[in-house]
Amino acid sequence: MCINVMLQNGYHGIYRAISTSSSYFAVFRTDPFDPNESRFDKILIANRGEIACRIIKTAKEMGIKTVAVYSMADSSADQLQPENHILNMERILEAVSQTGAQAVHPGYGFLSENAAFVGRLEEAGISFIGPSVEAITGMGDKLESKRLAQAAGVNTIPGFDGIVKDADQCVKIAKDIGYPVMIKASAGGGGKGMRIAKNDDDARDGFRLASQEAASSFGDDRIILEKFIDKPRHIEIQLTLCKGGDKHGNAIYLNERECSIQRRNQKVIEEAPSVFLDEKTRKAMGEQAVSLCKRLGYYSAGTVEFLVDSQRNFYFLEMNTRLQVEHPVTEFITGVDLVHQMIRVAKGHPLRLKQQDIPIKGWAIESRVYSEDPYKNFGLPSIGKLYKYIEPLHIPNVRCDSGIDEGSEISIYYDPMICKLVCYGNTRKEAIDTSIKALDFYVIRGVTHNIPLLRDILTEKNFVDGNISTNYLSEVYPDGFKGRQLTKTDKNYILAVAACVYARRDIRSYIFLNERVSTAKHKEPSHWKIVLQLFGEEQLCEINKLNGKFQVQVGTETITVEDNINLAKPIIEATINGDPCVMQLVSTDSFGKFQISYQGTNFHILVLSELASRFLKMMPEKPKLDVSKVVLSPMPGMVKSVTCKPGDTVAEGQEVCVVEAMKMQNSLAALATGKVKAVHVKAGDTVGEDDVLVEFE
Amino acid sequence: MHRSLRTKHFRWNVCISGVYSTAAHTLRVKQQIKENRKRALLGGGQHRIDAQHKKGKLTARERVHLLCDPGSFVEYDMFVEHTCSDFGMEKQKFPGDSVITGHGLINGRIAYMFSQDFTVFGGSLSSIHAKKICKIMDQAMLVGAPVIGLNDSGGARIQEGVESLAGYADIFLRNVLASGVIPQISLIMGPCAGGAVYSPAMTDFTFMVEDTSYLFITGPDVVKSVTNENVTQEELGGAKTHTTMSGVAHKAFHNDVDALLQLRNFLGFLPLSNNDPAPIRICEDPWDQDVPALDTLIPQETTEAYDMLDVVYNIVDERDFFEIMPNYAKNIIVGFGRMNGRTVGIVGNQPKSAAGCLDINSSVKGARFVRFCDAFNIPLITLVDVPGFLPGTSQEHNGIIRHGAKLLYAFAEATVPKITVITRKEDHESYDVMSSKHLRGDINYAWPTAEVAVMGAKGATSILFKGKPDVSKYEAEYVEKFGNPFPAAVRGFVDDIIEPRTTRWRICQDLDLLKTKTLKNPAKKHGNIPL
Repeated sequence: MCINVMLQNGYHGIYRAISTSSSYFAVFRTDPFDPNESRFDKILIANRGEIACRIIKTAKEMGIKTVAVYSMADSSADQLQPENHILNMERILEAVSQTGAQAVHPGYGFLSENAAFVGRLEEAGISFIGPSVEAITGMGDKLESKRLAQAAGVNTIPGFDGIVKDADQCVKIAKDIGYPVMIKASAGGGGKGMRIAKNDDDARDGFRLASQEAASSFGDDRIILEKFIDKPRHIEIQLTLCKGGDKHGNAIYLNERECSIQRRNQKVIEEAPSVFLDEKTRKAMGEQAVSLCKRLGYYSAGTVEFLVDSQRNFYFLEMNTRLQVEHPVTEFITGVDLVHQMIRVAKGHPLRLKQQDIPIKGWAIESRVYSEDPYKNFGLPSIGKLYKYIEPLHIPNVRCDSGIDEGSEISIYYDPMICKLVCYGNTRKEAIDTSIKALDFYVIRGVTHNIPLLRDILTEKNFVDGNISTNYLSEVYPDGFKGRQLTKTDKNYILAVAACVYARRDIRSYIFLNERVSTAKHKEPSHWKIVLQLFGEEQLCEINKLNGKFQVQVGTETITVEDNINLAKPIIEATINGDPCVMQLVSTDSFGKFQISYQGTNFHILVLSELASRFLKMMPEKPKLDVSKVVLSPMPGMVKSVTCKPGDTVAEGQEVCVVEAMKMQNSLAALATGKVKAVHVKAGDTVGEDDVLVEFE
Repeated sequence: MHRSLRTKHFRWNVCISGVYSTAAHTLRVKQQIKENRKRALLGGGQHRIDAQHKKGKLTARERVHLLCDPGSFVEYDMFVEHTCSDFGMEKQKFPGDSVITGHGLINGRIAYMFSQDFTVFGGSLSSIHAKKICKIMDQAMLVGAPVIGLNDSGGARIQEGVESLAGYADIFLRNVLASGVIPQISLIMGPCAGGAVYSPAMTDFTFMVEDTSYLFITGPDVVKSVTNENVTQEELGGAKTHTTMSGVAHKAFHNDVDALLQLRNFLGFLPLSNNDPAPIRICEDPWDQDVPALDTLIPQETTEAYDMLDVVYNIVDERDFFEIMPNYAKNIIVGFGRMNGRTVGIVGNQPKSAAGCLDINSSVKGARFVRFCDAFNIPLITLVDVPGFLPGTSQEHNGIIRHGAKLLYAFAEATVPKITVITRKEDHESYDVMSSKHLRGDINYAWPTAEVAVMGAKGATSILFKGKPDVSKYEAEYVEKFGNPFPAAVRGFVDDIIEPRTTRWRICQDLDLLKTKTLKNPAKKHGNIPL
């Protein structure tokens, strides 16, 4: 029932069918589909990736035909600006009229909060599956929304009530409010165009970068300022309202989501409910949110975001007038399909649910799996082709919302999200344990991803205790994320498995199925003496193969590993000393460089025979690139600007260029004071990770 | 040191002639064998060994031990000594002379090998050195096993003059006779200069070690005196030069250890001789499943590049592909992989480099690889996306006709199983060349994105409709007609149009089918490939 539409000038049909990977959206349903209720015949989804798949899934279940649009930017490196594609309103409107869709679901991002688009749909007599033009206009603008919230009696954060004109004014206002302050895009959301300033310099830089990001992401460079609250928790209330909800009192809140685990103001792990809210606070927040919506005449799904301080004081942050990325956790604990409700409401149906029907049942945690390198600033975009991709859907209570398949390319042109891994349990602990297991079985090859970080957070004491805030990452990992810290036993387990992989490879290389048999010494080995190297430390190791088991002597410890390792399988379900242990065999090569992932983190292990190891020490080291003399691109992306030229003398820490990827701008600075020898890029160039951008003398 | 030892032996001899005792004699001989063996193991002595290590190189013996399965090396001719008595050479003798020869096991399989010992007379080639090499080559031919040469030699033994040159020629002859009978592999691990270079040049594969190996006919000094060019050894004949510019070497490795370990792995792809089938290893990677990643590799835009290596990695077992000449003539990919455990040779156009066109270098690279595979019973998988031969005066004047013909000749001549997949374009004469049905391709597939045409639509219509007003209209017509796999499929030039995701299992199935293929070329002394 999914129709893929071919559009002229930059759009084409989807080459492969969109498929949602999960078999269900939640464990129970509070408001099941009613086949007798009137519905749209066909809707168009003006979005891509996981959210398009998510919407199609519900639409299909409701018996509604869907039209998906896709942009060439998915495959084409020539189409540089995504704005030319999905964001292109005219093309979408063309597609709507071509396909005869009766309604449009915008997903999130792109056109989801674009009032002009909604207006155009209204003119054309097409339903928008979302709120009204007025609601979008009112809430889409941070400044306006704050005024409206205040008027509706919602608690708000102290701040400057207006648009900041320039950097100087930004500094002045910041001083008035008192540092730290938050500089953010008036039109923005999702953390884009947001900067925290702790002093005048920060304020000046922050203004410039935030307005640039705002301009490129939203086409609107207006900036606002507000007080930055220390130790805040990000807790948001999900709402759903029907048309005329203000009059009929048909407005309900679907409880909260806590999204405090963030990096650079973008969410990483979300959960519902929050460990922090008591019933009283939850009710107060929910009621304030409902009263704001009623005042606005709001309908469809929406989210009111709050900052909550340690005393459970809560402040209005903003309202998102769209379906949010993290909506699945709410669906899990309430049993309400939010897309279903949005489509029903757009069709004009009243809510069948009452506030008292909305449960909090169980616990759901969403881990956002991103294509990014978590070791760089908690995540810088990474690109590549997913040559192997297996979601852990064999584990019960796991939902994966993703829009990609094996073979998909992650490009620099869109957000780097691979999947939303949502895990459910009766308790928070169960949800955490399921998440950990799911991450251990999640196979992603071809791009660098953030599973190491996600997996580590899920076992970190503060997180487990629920002691979190939006500063969580920088507080728990003050020097940045360094990968899983291993215990001695963990380390030995990894070494033992690496040793067994070596032995298995060696045995296999002796067996040929179609060769003349030699009687003299043709046996595969069963005993090895090898040297393993992990983190630059060497470990002599002896392996004996006995009765289908490897006895691995690592230091003074003897570890028994069952010989059930399949060298072609990405997952190693090892049995170590009789206990099951999951690792991933990421790569091996014939020199002995292995990559094994354990507890989320990839470990590089060099495995050599004792002889080869001894000989290797005699080999000269290859000279390495002196990184203090160059500025390398930390990620693949596009050069936004270059602020130095050959011959310039730049100071340590001075910006030399800005690289943008997935709409994130990264200011790159000189690592040492020096004279610029060569600039290898210009604005508009596409660069790869570790490309040399600027060289110093 | 060894001179004093020899004096001692002389005294014993006097002793023997004086008081004859068989028991003492036996003991002394035993002792002498032991001593000579010990000396042989030390090569040119400890300080030369240290000098070798200082250069970042392993000794000849260390190399052999790392190459072979532990304890499997069997040495020949440890006691031979050179026969030169000029220039005081009679006083400098080392048991075994400047090369170590013998056979050993590599992952349980036999291989013959020689390892030149730079610590003895700089690894220079004496007549006895050559004889040692010839001996193992002859035996390798008798039993049908590969010969591996670890080259580290300053060149001819100048003191021996023409004797040394004769030695080279003896080796060259054997290289030629062994060609196509047993795999011959050269690993250049130090200097290899002058006439010596022609032995590696005639072997099937020449590998080099970065920074420590050189191959040239004449060194930088001679170059300077003759042409007045200033050039370093590295620039003239280093690993980078030969693996990127000259195409003399097939691959370079980081250091001796890397090279020898990779060589062990490489041997696993090859049969022991032309009488053996392509080896089949245990396959743990399921062969009979779809590979969805293949479906999205070809870009929607027909002019856009993609990486053919992605196709290769997705069809071979475990993404394990041993690429030959990865940095030379990058517009064609050649190398070895396994499919359902069986070694296959893969030839693929690389759209990422020069649009994957065929030019002189890529034709020669491809042709030599195809001929190796054919000689050694290794099935050929050809992945085709070729826009044509590279045009231009440089190509024409340098003989693209002659060189392009080599690839055509090689594919046509090959009698091993040949499976071809057209992934996208196959334009121009290059259609015929790339293992087409007409060149006895056994099974030829087209992906849905395949196009087979005489030339690009633009070029074709500009000829067909020269002078007509709206040529672009005809261009669209041409694309409509030929921009799909049907023209080839309706004529049976491709056997089927297949979904990319099925490629791996279909080829595996076909390889199994074709394992009993018997095809012989007409009896002849040998063909006359356009050299």
